Amino acid sequence: MKNRATDSSKNLNELAKSLRWEAGENLHDHLVNAIYEDAARIANNTVGKNGDTGKFNWDRILDNLLTSRITGFPMMILLLGIVFWITISGANVPSSMLATLLIDTTHPILKSFADQVGLPWWLSGVLFDGIYLAAAWVISVMLPPMAIFFPLFTLLEDFGYLPRIAFNLDNLFRRAGAHGKQALTMSMGFGCNAAGVVAARIIDSPRERLIAIITNNFALCNGRWPTQILIATLFIGVLASPQLGGLAATGAVVGIVMLGIFFTFASSWLLSRTVLRGEPSTFSLELPPYRPPRFWKTLYTSLIDRTIFVLWRAIVFAVPAGAVIWLIANIHIGSATIAAHLISFFNPFGILIGLNGVILLAYIIAIPANEIVIPTILMLTVLSLKLTGVGEGAGVMFELTENADYLRLFSAAGWTTLTAVNLMIFSLVHNPCSTTIYTIYKETNSVKWTTLASVAPVIMGLALCFFIAQIWRIVVGY
Amino acid sequence: MVQDNICNDCAAHSDVQLKKLGLDMARSDYIVALAGNPNTGKSTVFNNLTGLRQHTGNWPGKTVSRAEGSFSYADKKYKLVDLPGTYSLLSASTDEEIARNFILFGKPDVTLIIADASRLERNLNLTLQILEITDRAVLCLNLIDEAKRHGIVIDDRNLAKELGIPVVPATARFGLGMQKLLQSLKEVATGEFQCKPRKIKTTSPFLKRALNKLIPVIEEKFPGISNARWIALRMLEGDKEVMEAIENGKLGTLEI
Repeated sequence: MKNRATDSSKNLNELAKSLRWEAGENLHDHLVNAIYEDAARIANNTVGKNGDTGKFNWDRILDNLLTSRITGFPMMILLLGIVFWITISGANVPSSMLATLLIDTTHPILKSFADQVGLPWWLSGVLFDGIYLAAAWVISVMLPPMAIFFPLFTLLEDFGYLPRIAFNLDNLFRRAGAHGKQALTMSMGFGCNAAGVVAARIIDSPRERLIAIITNNFALCNGRWPTQILIATLFIGVLASPQLGGLAATGAVVGIVMLGIFFTFASSWLLSRTVLRGEPSTFSLELPPYRPPRFWKTLYTSLIDRTIFVLWRAIVFAVPAGAVIWLIANIHIGSATIAAHLISFFNPFGILIGLNGVILLAYIIAIPANEIVIPTILMLTVLSLKLTGVGEGAGVMFELTENADYLRLFSAAGWTTLTAVNLMIFSLVHNPCSTTIYTIYKETNSVKWTTLASVAPVIMGLALCFFIAQIWRIVVGY
Repeated sequence: MVQDNICNDCAAHSDVQLKKLGLDMARSDYIVALAGNPNTGKSTVFNNLTGLRQHTGNWPGKTVSRAEGSFSYADKKYKLVDLPGTYSLLSASTDEEIARNFILFGKPDVTLIIADASRLERNLNLTLQILEITDRAVLCLNLIDEAKRHGIVIDDRNLAKELGIPVVPATARFGLGMQKLLQSLKEVATGEFQCKPRKIKTTSPFLKRALNKLIPVIEEKFPGISNARWIALRMLEGDKEVMEAIENGKLGTLEI
């Protein structure tokens, strides 16, 4: 029965093949034409115009401004700059309020509760000094900037600006041998690289899709925004006068974003001329009309979909990381803790490339989520300094409510402007987080490309930091 | 009790009849596929009906995979499948394949086509292709407010006559037109409304002859198939996937 069915199916396909000659040449074009003609006829019969329309065409005027050859790029930088500036200047106050509530107030209560019920010191340490503080830290550092940044970004998105960015960048992407739609996946990457990698499905050609997937890491994801914003505020902001500090910090963050976009082009160009050779394919990009965003709804959905989602992910990863940090900071091998051994092992290389052992170790601990880099760095810094006045002892992530507190701590640990600059660079150019790596593997199904996408940025980042450090030391001298 | 019956007959009652069921998709009576050009508001309609919060945004291509949700209306349960937006179903890109395969093999009871009212002609290209594949469809003329702002008027009753399927003007962003949409979905799903979808007219006599030879064979092999003509066209074009589906007998049974 089954065989007969297959036979008759073969016959059917054979029949189709033989009939293909009869059907005439260019069948595909013929059909497409028939469809288009029919659509035009129907539209003609049913669509009417209601008098004169465009007295004042907003869409046209905005597009002339936002997508023009001359003003398109400056407008893009300006809009991004405004978004970051609002984020940077608005996030400070709520951040320190959260830190006061979660860390200064709640943490001692939890600790004294642990003492009262007689928890062993190590359990109370892992639970409250490790896990709780890691989570509290992530919330107070990340929630305020995200709660400002994501709604602003979503408003721009709902307004219809994202495809305009794609339109502006399309030509550059094509010249880099990549697909113009990569601008859209890159924009998604600014939210989350894993989401950007999945979004690369909109690119048809496998070659160009791979380029988009591999280079998505250069779009600064939200896990890295807090690092950039904090370090820029602390180290770059202070270089300028107090009034201009916020602007200087904004400039630094926008500069990092632009550098990321530049790396996206550069690495796309390199890939399309070496391992992923080929011609860029064409596509049509529809510029949707500008739509006034529904303000409250956007606010609500961006808070729920993006802010809470990302925050939850950060907490989920910060919890085990907090425990790990506490443990390696409290388990001794020989005379020093595991963390101390690791830091002194990484330190010489770290210093050579203008970073330090703490930062390198923090990036290894934080592979699961970029969000916890700054908390980890802070904790490890205190530990390596063995400071008594700050923090609460080994492996405790502690409260720092004022920016000046951070700065004092970092200076004591020997940080310079070079360390800050290189940390910002390395935060932009290093391996994707483990979620993104896993997503890349699921999307490409290839160990080879996943490895390339994971390892190449680390090597690039280390090399970049090395060169910056050498030049810095020649020019500035320390 | 009597009052209930009166209300049930009235279309304005539908809002009460709609229950947004979110992700609860067990035992649905009907499957509805949501198709349309990119950026016409498919995800917005999806969210409106299911109560889910699929991310929406003003740019084409943000739905790259299928999203599913469900709602119940007039005591029947519907599963709604949000497909990636596409301009056509004829090319081989991943998103178009997902959309095409679902309409073809997923056997939706109704395909809900979302069209941008201010760009009707372009949207009709896809609509006509979908009507080649399936007999049961509803066209939602979304963004009708935007069309109005641009001074575009659409004769939706005439359009319904031309296409042979129900046409519902709507502004999904503000939930306008959803009741009539639900009503039409129900009518097509239950068979109360019999669609007479417009088929693409071909002028080539050679093609007509080839189709006349091929269609009866397909109908004989797959009794009850509703889109034999479309299958025949794909075969004549040498569509590998359709040929494969015929060879392994999966056509008409495949669930993806």
